[in-house]
Amino acid sequence: MIQQPGTSGLVLNEALLWDKSRDGRCAISLPKQDVDRATLDDSLTGDIPDLPQLSELDVVRHYTRLSQWNFGVDTGMYPLGSCTMKYNPKTNEVQAARKGFAEAHPLAGDEFSQGSLKLMYNLERYLAELTGFEAVTLQPAAGAHGELTGMLMMHAYFAKKGKQRSKIIIPDTAHGTNPASAALCGFEPINVKSGPDGILDPETIAAVMDEDTAGIMVTNPNTLGLFESNIKKIADIVHSKGGLVYGDGANMNAIMGIVKPGEIGIDVLHLNLHKTFSTPHGGGGPGSGPVAVGKRLEPFLPVPRVVKELDSYKFITDCPETIGKIHTFYGHFGIMVRAYAYILSMGAKGLLDTSRLAVLSANYIKESLKGTLNLPYDRPCMHECVFNDEIQQKNHITTVDMAKRLLDYGFHPPTIYFPLVVHGAFMVEPTESESKEDIDQFIDAVKAIAKEAKEDPEKLRKAPFRTKVTRLDEVTAARKPCLKG
Amino acid sequence: MKEMSDLNLPADVKYTKDHEWAKLSGDIVTIGINDYAQDQLGEVVFVELPEIGDTFSQGDEFGSVESVKAVSEIYIPISGEIVEINEGLEDAPELVNTDCYNDGWLIKVKPENTSEMDNLMDKPAYLDMLKG
Repeated sequence: MIQQPGTSGLVLNEALLWDKSRDGRCAISLPKQDVDRATLDDSLTGDIPDLPQLSELDVVRHYTRLSQWNFGVDTGMYPLGSCTMKYNPKTNEVQAARKGFAEAHPLAGDEFSQGSLKLMYNLERYLAELTGFEAVTLQPAAGAHGELTGMLMMHAYFAKKGKQRSKIIIPDTAHGTNPASAALCGFEPINVKSGPDGILDPETIAAVMDEDTAGIMVTNPNTLGLFESNIKKIADIVHSKGGLVYGDGANMNAIMGIVKPGEIGIDVLHLNLHKTFSTPHGGGGPGSGPVAVGKRLEPFLPVPRVVKELDSYKFITDCPETIGKIHTFYGHFGIMVRAYAYILSMGAKGLLDTSRLAVLSANYIKESLKGTLNLPYDRPCMHECVFNDEIQQKNHITTVDMAKRLLDYGFHPPTIYFPLVVHGAFMVEPTESESKEDIDQFIDAVKAIAKEAKEDPEKLRKAPFRTKVTRLDEVTAARKPCLKG
Repeated sequence: MKEMSDLNLPADVKYTKDHEWAKLSGDIVTIGINDYAQDQLGEVVFVELPEIGDTFSQGDEFGSVESVKAVSEIYIPISGEIVEINEGLEDAPELVNTDCYNDGWLIKVKPENTSEMDNLMDKPAYLDMLKG
């Protein structure tokens, strides 16, 4: 039996800062005023903001305690499927904190921002190289924002051709945000089912693709963790009717350096820097969802764009067909620095190894837990594998019970009840970050929980026990929500 | 989750493949979700219903039932106009779980054509469908 990381220990309660506040308590000394006091016109002032008054120790304890309630990838394994919760190397933070980057001002002008512009230019080139596309925008703030950007460009493309299209094909194994992004652009999502082996059948697409359909949004690898091996045929079908293929690259961690989406029929693709490129995910991120395009869509990219002339860099906005600006200034620059640091520290071979290891780890888990948990699609997977609770159901144990119990063992639960095509889905994505020892510990924990499901199902239904907050009453929370503190 | 033999499926209502029930009395059809549906959904936390006066065709989506697990669309078993909705569900959505055929009904419909009731399943046919 492997020693599991989860144990019980003392956790401290913590009040809201406003409850701890006392009049006159203060953590800073303001420098002595060297100008005369002047009063502002009443029209320029409002009510005094209700800020808590606290000592430095109050503040330090507050945030230290809150951080101890948290679970992050720095605490333990975080196999949240479809989210690529990989380790965020500390060197990324060191580079982003460099004075030249951290203190760069978005209005400083090209002349005084050459380093930052060069970084953006190079990052765009690296992402273009990795994905097999011509050009990249770094502006979108996250994956779904990237999808929207891609959809806006497709919309602009059909507008320019003189005939707008009204529909878009979305498979049941696409990311959940895809239909929303398309609908926001005015396209009607047409849902299609994946085949019995979990991937798309070209005939299904041929049956719905017509000249009023803008194209298809494909997540590849898909949300079952399977590679859409018919992608070239599907792209040919869509192109033959004048449509475009949108690639959701959120699962790029499985194919970096192995497959270039731009070379297998995809016309536009977004990446998630906060997944594949090790920038912070969760905890406020912020995210970043660059979009890569081929020649056909390049004129529609958002502005400003970074260009290189001789040895200097500048922003250009003179792009008549652009969809315009989609973010304030240039996007989340601090995140670009982190992703750039990651790409440079890994190198080309390192990125290739990353995907190989991510796929190997997922397949190792799939093979090790097959039989313990039901595996609806038993075939080689990519970076994640999807089980469900069919075996445990005879003991009336469901996916959520097992996920909650995993917390007691010291693991963040996997993604549950997604993708929707698998009833009671339990979706595990270990990423390349975890060692074999840590993965074995996880496998052992899931096996132990499956055993508990047989021997003590009543206990499992009440889990977790070791967390600060135990099983929540979700029913009361939903029926009678308390929406403020 | 209930065993098949534990399901409460009254013989005096008709069933749809999407697990709604419908009962004609006089010229009004009362509609709800059946015991199988409420059991699969788990504890219902919110029911979204149409407005009185709305009209639907048989099989149209007319609202949704939200449980802790999922939001499920509900489909109307018969074409017609909504004449009454169960307003009690706003404060007590749990009635759908505790009493799905009586206090937990969803809508009352004035049907266009009562013969559409013949397209629905009776208890034995519905049970056969569930058993697959």
